Amino acid sequence: MSRAVRIEAKPFTAPLTGRGWQAALVGTQLVVGLSGDWIARVSPAERNAVPRILSAGASGLAFDASRLGRWDSALIVFLVDLRTATRSGKLAFDESGLPAPARKLLAMASGTAHPRATQPQGPWLDQVGLWALSLGAEAIAIAALLGKICLRLAALPGRSSAMRGSDLLDGMGRAGLASLPIVTAVNFLIGAILGFVGAIQLRRFGADIYVAGLVGIAAVREMAALMTAIVMAGRTGGAYAATVATMQANEELDALQVVGIGVVDYIILPRVLALTAMLPILYLYGCAVAIFGGWVVATVTLHIAPIAFLTELRASLALDQFGFGLIKSLAFGALVGVVGCQVGLRAGRSAADVGQATTTAVVSGVVGVILLDAIFALCAHAVGV
Amino acid sequence: MPAPPKIKVSGLSIGYPDRVIQHDLSFSVASGAIFAIMGGSGCGKSTLLKAMIGLLRPTRGRIDVDDDDYWGASDARRTEIGRRFGVLFQGGALWSGMSTADNVALPLRMLTALDEGSIGELVRLKLSLVGLENDGDVMPDALSGGMRKRAGLARALALDPEILFFDEPSAGLDPIAARRLDDLIVDLRDGFGVTVVMVSHELSSLLGICDSGIFLDADRKTAIAHGAPRALLESCDDPTVKAFMNRARVPLQPDPAGVAP
Repeated sequence: MSRAVRIEAKPFTAPLTGRGWQAALVGTQLVVGLSGDWIARVSPAERNAVPRILSAGASGLAFDASRLGRWDSALIVFLVDLRTATRSGKLAFDESGLPAPARKLLAMASGTAHPRATQPQGPWLDQVGLWALSLGAEAIAIAALLGKICLRLAALPGRSSAMRGSDLLDGMGRAGLASLPIVTAVNFLIGAILGFVGAIQLRRFGADIYVAGLVGIAAVREMAALMTAIVMAGRTGGAYAATVATMQANEELDALQVVGIGVVDYIILPRVLALTAMLPILYLYGCAVAIFGGWVVATVTLHIAPIAFLTELRASLALDQFGFGLIKSLAFGALVGVVGCQVGLRAGRSAADVGQATTTAVVSGVVGVILLDAIFALCAHAVGV
Repeated sequence: MPAPPKIKVSGLSIGYPDRVIQHDLSFSVASGAIFAIMGGSGCGKSTLLKAMIGLLRPTRGRIDVDDDDYWGASDARRTEIGRRFGVLFQGGALWSGMSTADNVALPLRMLTALDEGSIGELVRLKLSLVGLENDGDVMPDALSGGMRKRAGLARALALDPEILFFDEPSAGLDPIAARRLDDLIVDLRDGFGVTVVMVSHELSSLLGICDSGIFLDADRKTAIAHGAPRALLESCDDPTVKAFMNRARVPLQPDPAGVAP
């Protein structure tokens, strides 16, 4: 007789327990006894607790919190999971045994949404297509800005333009004078590297002296224009994007527009013009520095007579090579300036967007310059320059 | 005979190609009024303001300023109408590259033929009106939030506008600074006779200084009440407006039975 009573009170052999809880059937209701501390940052969630509790097959859940210690969101997460599970299983959920603050939080968390499934990405071909379309749209936007700049440039001689000469000079100072140290360093090293690489090969034929022509032509035709433009894309293009994006974020551009001061006139035009004007000058300076770098390497390590280097340089370098480099620098300057400003204009209005805009401007500026250089090389080859 | 409205908005819809933010808005702002655009966060108050100051073309409807169709006009004409506006943006939107005084002076330098002497006098007047007469040489990033807003207001006043627009003038200000700005708005209205349109959800400003307004609702995407904030507080029956105006503790959902208060 007494044995039968004991079996009824303990209906299952393995007691249903987990970390901080024990469950026991009382009639058809499962009473979950909570005990100890439930602190989220100390004890990670127990993954299978909810299914195990539901597997007891009770018709409802009740709680006994008499031995519950300290608790925080860990307990609420557990309770919300349980409640969600009982709802889907149509079980009764009796929260009267819980502490009042926990019940309050549970009621507040009733709107908790399920983690939304992330939108499945389309097949990779779609992704590539969308990416290409966005690239096309971006190119069109840049062309549109270039068009606007040209239109406003035409208005410059009249009094209708809002561009101020002082802004242009200021921009030229920033883009030109302030960039001299880094332009010097990069071009000097490029010239020296060209000198070294050329010398190693030419020495095998006893043609050391031609290193002068090699450094000169490479610097004037390609490297000085390209490297200077890349440096400016990183330095000035990025700065333009950051400035314009910050002004966008602070509503400064809106404020200009409302007053009726043209953003293209007042913000974009002086920057693009300054960079376009300064890059050819920096290019010429870069040529000189690169040739100087080559000259130093040639005289110091290859023991070529300084005068012989210069004589050979003059013989091999035609002046029209400079014309080609100058045209390229003009195009690079306009490209880097327009891309930087366009990226800044299109940026979102948060601090993160400003950083993103700067990165985008530098990357697209550098890639754009190299791409344009390749196009120039193709054209030059076709024309035979 | 009542004076014709300064601004008349009829059948206006605003939004972006892929979503409507507000539709079918019609209201008018009387000359010399302080008009409030009210509503909860994210209901499109600031977007409506953008449409009114020329930054976002409405998808439908029209806005008349005095007798001009604002969005129907050519770009040049719209800019010309816009010169009669002064706008104080939420964060002040001062041009960060120049001093406070230059910020106020720039519109005068760009858009008038005045000499530097007269511009300087006007700038000093505008700065002293907002209590910043000694801060003309300070760069915007060295100003406090409240000072930045007052400097922005001085700039909005630069061209002696007929209509002043404010985007959340008291946002981010302590109660005393907010009150000072409110008083300033009323004084400017009384002094210059400007019409004021302000976007706000700050009850004390709305009740304290606005004499008419419109209440936008995010769910219904249109205006759900028209009138002075004080009148809405006393007599509007709409539950959203009531909840907003009384700032009552309206439960987000019925409390489940058995929860202790």
